[in-house]
Amino acid sequence: MDLFETFFNVPVFIRTFPLLMSGLVVTLQIGVTSIIAGLVLGLCLSLLRMYAPAWLRLPVAVYIDIFRSIPLLVLLIVVYYALPFVGIRLSPFLSAAVSLTLVSGAYTAEIFRAGIQAIPSGQFEASRALGLSYKDMMIDVVLPQAIKIVIPPLTNNCINVMKDTALASVVAMPDLLKQATQAQALAANPTPLIGAAIIYLAFLWPLVALVSRFENRLGRRGA
Amino acid sequence: MMRNIIEIENVTKHYGAFAALSDIDLTIGEGEVVCVIGPSGSGKSTLIRCINLLETYCDQGSIRVDGIPVQPGPTLGQVRAEVGMVFQSFNLFPHMSVLKNVMLAPMRVRKTPAAEAAAKARELLGRVGIAEQADKYPGHLSGGQQQRVAIARALAMEPRVLLFDEPTSALDPEMVGEVLDVMRQLAGTGVTMVVVTHEMGFARQVADRVIFMDGGRIVETGTPAQIFDTPKEERTRNFLSAVLNH
Repeated sequence: MDLFETFFNVPVFIRTFPLLMSGLVVTLQIGVTSIIAGLVLGLCLSLLRMYAPAWLRLPVAVYIDIFRSIPLLVLLIVVYYALPFVGIRLSPFLSAAVSLTLVSGAYTAEIFRAGIQAIPSGQFEASRALGLSYKDMMIDVVLPQAIKIVIPPLTNNCINVMKDTALASVVAMPDLLKQATQAQALAANPTPLIGAAIIYLAFLWPLVALVSRFENRLGRRGA
Repeated sequence: MMRNIIEIENVTKHYGAFAALSDIDLTIGEGEVVCVIGPSGSGKSTLIRCINLLETYCDQGSIRVDGIPVQPGPTLGQVRAEVGMVFQSFNLFPHMSVLKNVMLAPMRVRKTPAAEAAAKARELLGRVGIAEQADKYPGHLSGGQQQRVAIARALAMEPRVLLFDEPTSALDPEMVGEVLDVMRQLAGTGVTMVVVTHEMGFARQVADRVIFMDGGRIVETGTPAQIFDTPKEERTRNFLSAVLNH
């Protein structure tokens, strides 16, 4: 058997392609859900971490540190296999989305914090001197400027979340990787795995390239 | 008799062991133009930043603007709406056009409708001589133009008091004049002005009263003629001879 037939077996690829596509849909569903929920969670956490009363700031900081330290795979297994013992039974989809969101939210919080802290203090002072409320200051003055700064690292985080969705296959989620391994078993040929790898590359590579472009542009402006 | 608009009583502020302000007592009447002069680190900026609570003075003392105590809480917004501020480094909002910079606070704080706020903003930009720059972004303006936008932005709230924190110190020398001209026009329109400045010519010409500060204290206060021509305190004389004869 030659190498080409083993890894790039066209009939096998064509046969298993619908399975891979259904896996891709699941992967995108988990990824997009977790990214959006993570963004919201991260923004709230970052604002709490910076501006909440002291008694609330500390637990938020601890949360952020814990969820940046814990391996995602460990968290996912705890959520899926351990929580049922205390009566919390989440579906594979929810387990994956919740785990990814908890971790992504922690990273996003730090990204937003860095972005907001990069805004010169004069912007806050001018807003306060004009009598703007805290909410107006954030919405009209601070966040629009911070967003520009955080877009490259946020996009990076999105890429990481998308890649980490592959871990959902561990909790029997029929995502792209899981479908590929099943297709491999059915076809007795590793071509579907190569196909999955290529599909991951095909939609993540452009995002990686986009981040590089953002970073180049910001770098030029800073220079 | 002039009504008092700013009343500062016995204000003291420490940074650790360093006394930034010591026993400041000062009343400023409505419509008065007061220039605060003194060496760097003498507490001039700290003092005016306490008037709209950009600096806290919780150590001791009280400040009232138009009778309203300046303190954290629900009345602070009222005070800040009445007190405009112009900063040394302009602090314009770089992501908004010049017009939007001037419109923002009236729309958000006074709930002025957008069309009305825009008309008012254009009128103010005309008053500070840059009507034609309304649709540009702050980054495309010279320092002098940016500072004039900042003045228009402060004026848009129709404040009773305007605080100027070294408004010309960050400007190239050739742009100082255009900003001082705008400030000169403002003096005498009835708005109360408190100006921290190193422009002695401006202070002498425009101020109703000059305050000399050193080491966190008000050392001497008087008319420009009294302070500049016949200063009583030795520290005032030393400072003036250092800045005027260089």
